[in-house]
Amino acid sequence: MADLSFTEEELEEIERLKDKFPTAKAATLRVLWLAQNKYGHVKDEVQRLVAETLDLPKAHVHGVARFYTQYYKEEKGKFVLDVCTCLSCQLCGGYDILHHLEDELDIEAGETTDDGMFTINEVECLGACGYAPMLQVTNGVYVNNLTKEKVDKLIKNLRNGNMPEFESMAMPELEKRNQAASE
Amino acid sequence: MAQDWKSFEPLLIPDIPNLEKIDVYEENGGYDALKEILNDQETWSRKSVVEEVKQANIRGRGGAGFNAGLKWSFMPDPDGGPRYLACNGDESEPGTFKDRKIFEYNPHLFIEGALIASYAMTVDTIYVYIRGEYLSWVEMLQDAVDDAYEKGYLGDDILGTDVSIDMELTYGAGAYICGEETAMLESLEGKRGYPRTKPPFPAQNGLWGRPTTINNIETLANVPLVINNGADWYGDIGAEEHPGPVLYGISGHVNRPGVYEYPTGVPVMDLINDVAGGIRGGKDLKAIIPGGSSTPPLRADQLDGVTMNSDSLKDVGSMMGTAGMVVMDEDTDMVEVLWRIAHFYSHESCGQCTPCRDGTGWLEKVLKKIKDGEGEMKDLDLLLDIGNQMEGRTICALADAAVWPVRHTINRFRDEFEERCKKSVHAVA
Repeated sequence: MADLSFTEEELEEIERLKDKFPTAKAATLRVLWLAQNKYGHVKDEVQRLVAETLDLPKAHVHGVARFYTQYYKEEKGKFVLDVCTCLSCQLCGGYDILHHLEDELDIEAGETTDDGMFTINEVECLGACGYAPMLQVTNGVYVNNLTKEKVDKLIKNLRNGNMPEFESMAMPELEKRNQAASE
Repeated sequence: MAQDWKSFEPLLIPDIPNLEKIDVYEENGGYDALKEILNDQETWSRKSVVEEVKQANIRGRGGAGFNAGLKWSFMPDPDGGPRYLACNGDESEPGTFKDRKIFEYNPHLFIEGALIASYAMTVDTIYVYIRGEYLSWVEMLQDAVDDAYEKGYLGDDILGTDVSIDMELTYGAGAYICGEETAMLESLEGKRGYPRTKPPFPAQNGLWGRPTTINNIETLANVPLVINNGADWYGDIGAEEHPGPVLYGISGHVNRPGVYEYPTGVPVMDLINDVAGGIRGGKDLKAIIPGGSSTPPLRADQLDGVTMNSDSLKDVGSMMGTAGMVVMDEDTDMVEVLWRIAHFYSHESCGQCTPCRDGTGWLEKVLKKIKDGEGEMKDLDLLLDIGNQMEGRTICALADAAVWPVRHTINRFRDEFEERCKKSVHAVA
């Protein structure tokens, strides 16, 4: 890969992130995020760029990047589908959703499709237990209350470049009361 | 009191449309508690705010259930240097999904609570640490923080007084352990989330070596309620020894899963049947996990008269935790469930302490063996033995949290586990 660098604009953003904390080191996580959003991963050369930009040892940045699961230490598909199978999702069919995705995309969890479109991961609890089973698209939007049909539709939409929209999972008792009030 | 829960009007997330907007929040009495304190600092000295909150007995909503005001009182006297409040929005314990509701529906209540806490403890900078997966909710809270700055509730000389407090939002990148308070501090400092040994406690030696208090998001959202209405009023809500409103997260095999706000002390069976609409498909209840994956499971036959408060749950051998209740129907395979929980802790062990790093891995491996029909009776004792060698021998409580469900699930569902095991071969003399 060619020499990596941050643009002037990105460097300004990095200064802003550093200003949030008393030390430059504290900005490590945020700058790794910025770098991943730019390059799609934080492989070795990206870690080096982050370390040089923050004037920190490469080993520190490497250690941080390795510790947190949301940083991609290798290249991923255009869309990363993080399927939760933990506890509540397990109980509500999270594995069925995972296996359905594996069958549909003809890859196993942890792999990327040949066309580079999709990566499937099996992940730990994403904090959406009441809306299980669910998945997250590339560290972004949550897609809740999954059925096989909803998964198929999601795949189709993503292939067409349409990201799912944020689903506000209303507080059920508020919904109930609002319903009662409107009747 | 327990019978009154049905008529309870939500306080943390009241049914007011667009409450996340600062104007609407203000129109509904928002920031009044902060104004009252800052405009009358003679009545509301910093110490008297701590006292009021201590007396209200807000038990920490992050899982440990410690008196929030008492925690605040551990902060040493100011020495002129920086002091921090670190707000824990990491919310990663399986079964827990409540704090995101505050970010989405009533972020200013949390901001106001954090400001009052900061005033009480002479804190100048608030850090809010949210799990990296919650990016959507980080953005929502950031909008609210920006509005609070614009209106002069945050920043220099708040409301024309000499009190100045800043709030910085940041987020993680996927690590359950960062919900452990000292691991969160490490992560805030830009490092791997390795829990710290205590002592020194964060109040003495927290962020960048300075006095720091760590509070859960929901805990702080309770603070304005106490200031507005008084500690006695607050103490009358819900269970006497564990008062206040709680965001119950109910998930699993129920008809209406979700987050519901009710007082502490609601009977468990009422939460399942009346609030969450009963078990899906008309099935029978088998078990619950009352407050996140680390709290010991309870069989249906143990739930008679049990209410959601720490003492009642302790009496039957479990804990309140985060009040994230996972409900399991009669067809649930407890071996599969326990294996999945063990897998979670094995994946999330930070690796710092050997008993946890290796122990959580062994718990998972042995459970997988049993789940796959390859286990032997003696493996059940092996699991309990591994657990005994992990618990209490590590820096933080992750190992304990991994052991409790293993020990109690095996003990409470022993038949089911034995059925899956092959008979051990015994040497006969």
